[in-house]
Amino acid sequence: MSFVPEKQVFKSSIDVLEIGTGETSVKLGGQSVWPLYAFDGPLVNPPRVGIQISDLGCAGAIAGIQDYYADCADIAAQTIRAAEVPGAEFVCLILEGADPNGADRSVAETVELVKTVAAACPLPLTIAGCGSAEKDAELFEALAEELEGRNVLFLSATEDNYKALGAAVVLAWGQKLAAESAVDINLAKQLNLLLGQIGVPNSALAMNVGCAVAGYGFEYVASTMERVKITALGQNDAALQIPIITPVGTDAWTVKESMAEEADFPEWGSREERGISFEVATAAACLAAGADAVLLRHPESVSTIATLIGLLTEGGE
Amino acid sequence: MALKGLDIFKLTPKTNCKDCGVPTCMAFSMKVAQGALPIDACPHMTPEAIAQLTDATAPPMKTVHIGVGDAAHTLGGETVLMRHDKTFVSKSLYAVRLTDDMPAEVIDARLTEVAALDYERIGERMTTDLLFVSHGGGTADAYVALVEKARTAGRTLVLDVTDEEIAKAALAKVAGAGPVLHGATPDNYEAFYALASDADVALGVRASSLAELHDTVEALEKLGTKRLILDVGCASAKEAFAGAVQIRRAAISGGDRSFGYPSLVNIATLAAGNHHLATALASLFTLKYGSIIVLEKLDYALSLPLHGLRQNIFTDPQKPMKVDPGVYPLNGADPSAICAITCDFALTYFVVSGEFERSGVPTNLLISDAGGYSVLTSWAAGKFTASSIAKFIAEAGIEDKVTSRTLVIPGKVAVLKGELEEKLPGWTIVVGPNEAIQIVKFINELSA
Repeated sequence: MSFVPEKQVFKSSIDVLEIGTGETSVKLGGQSVWPLYAFDGPLVNPPRVGIQISDLGCAGAIAGIQDYYADCADIAAQTIRAAEVPGAEFVCLILEGADPNGADRSVAETVELVKTVAAACPLPLTIAGCGSAEKDAELFEALAEELEGRNVLFLSATEDNYKALGAAVVLAWGQKLAAESAVDINLAKQLNLLLGQIGVPNSALAMNVGCAVAGYGFEYVASTMERVKITALGQNDAALQIPIITPVGTDAWTVKESMAEEADFPEWGSREERGISFEVATAAACLAAGADAVLLRHPESVSTIATLIGLLTEGGE
Repeated sequence: MALKGLDIFKLTPKTNCKDCGVPTCMAFSMKVAQGALPIDACPHMTPEAIAQLTDATAPPMKTVHIGVGDAAHTLGGETVLMRHDKTFVSKSLYAVRLTDDMPAEVIDARLTEVAALDYERIGERMTTDLLFVSHGGGTADAYVALVEKARTAGRTLVLDVTDEEIAKAALAKVAGAGPVLHGATPDNYEAFYALASDADVALGVRASSLAELHDTVEALEKLGTKRLILDVGCASAKEAFAGAVQIRRAAISGGDRSFGYPSLVNIATLAAGNHHLATALASLFTLKYGSIIVLEKLDYALSLPLHGLRQNIFTDPQKPMKVDPGVYPLNGADPSAICAITCDFALTYFVVSGEFERSGVPTNLLISDAGGYSVLTSWAAGKFTASSIAKFIAEAGIEDKVTSRTLVIPGKVAVLKGELEEKLPGWTIVVGPNEAIQIVKFINELSA
């Protein structure tokens, strides 16, 4: 008897999150099939790729990234240049400069900077904080108001600041919010439920369930994402039917193998190649495990992952 | 397919002879059904009954052995679709492709690269596992010469050739080294079955669709072989991914034994000339069901994340990954550099050592045997305490290996400070930060 593949289509689906407005707006989620399994049923929205830029510019970035932005006079020009990378569907501005342990830019100063980025950005905008729960809450509250109507996604609310952020970012100013947890399905679910309790609907949420670079404990990421998807789709758990967005570029460039200079490890070859390789390998693994969007730094990584997604989803079902 | 005790009981002699060590044939059958006893523990089973039962209790996916000696590998034998259900047992193998229509200098460059890629990562040797030797349309002599050349690399070969005569000539040279003959198509499978069984090697099968592949496998099984590897197809990345998933799913959750074989994914063709796309695909197929993954090239830039990812994915989800206890000098630390201690959970080690490396401050990182758990878990379990740390420092001879007597402990176990000062006379105990991310700032301030 001839082989007929079984199709695994779930009765539940992932909720759709829309960021940005108008023609360039981007939708995440929507599928009722396993991540990337376009052969089982429509993905509705294929996974998305966002390009990361820093409010500190390219200082400290690898030469190849600096070269790409070389002729950009300011952050607004960098934003436009980032949006031009083939495959980039939205821009993610990281507010590194606001880090109290770093440059510690004030909220007012950061708001001014973000305004120029937002004015220049032709694609939907997402804004990542500096990692300090307290500072991020102050920043996001101010920015959510300032950017009203732009439908911006803010990354991320944690268990330390979700109340303030849920209320201000989503309920007061109608923006979108990512809930961040550390590679644990129960923590992810709990934070989603807590946000739900203060009135934040699923349709305003993404999840950052945490990430690890390939080789650095990725098994936990893979299993967390897979369990989130199987629980959301197979068991119809509404608290987990939220698209997953995963920042990859930030960490991929900080592991030893992508930091080490070629002079120190000549057999490893070009540092830039290694960094791209870590970024691409980690992003592809995240997509295979269940990420609905990945955030990448190097233009070549962005284009490669966009090409991968295109190849896996071309021609629909 | 789980077999019930009663089905097994029907095939026993029903004499309750106790020769198997169990009081009754029924009790024996129940134990076999649970997997507690092998069927052949009963000396009175007929060979037919044993064959029937072995078949019915066989795992959903065959295990295929290839290669010999140091280059021997095991493929397949998987029982689950997701690694959190049960360990993935046979890790993906990475092959580099050589073809007889490549310029000689490219072949030499690839072989040099294969020889150069060899390093250890958390106790595992990382290297190019296989060489995929393709017949690109040249003469039999040219192909055989390439096979003989590839053989000198000491890797198990996959002979990618569909011409019977050429395959025969190549096999004659390397049959003893356990290559894979890749191989069989819907048109030549009978001849290739004969070649593979004569040479006693595993046979790769390819076809233009999954339905045709399935038919060919069934035909080969009828001929009498179950030592197969299935090519998931290389018409497009989408089709190859669908093939890899559908074959594995049919085998594991669909009970389809004819698809219960390891897979082969030819990324060298799918992403020809695009090394970064190949990286993305290799990562995808490492997570999703690629048993043999064929690449155009495998350099350090690709291997470092890819082998690391494989090491992550093919671990026991019940058992934490551990690093060996000992002294890890970071940033060129000499014995006088400051010491910091943490537990042996691989993830903790990687995060902590990464942050110390980022700080640029020479540090001797001490890894204490803490059962492979994270800091708080091992502390709660009594495996990362003042006593265990003091014992580790004494037994590992740390005081002979380092001259510094300053020890930074994780902030989460700040409570150990007092007791450690008592147990480690002469040492200054410094409480470090709670989170690894704070290490750079902390250590820079401490050493300022």
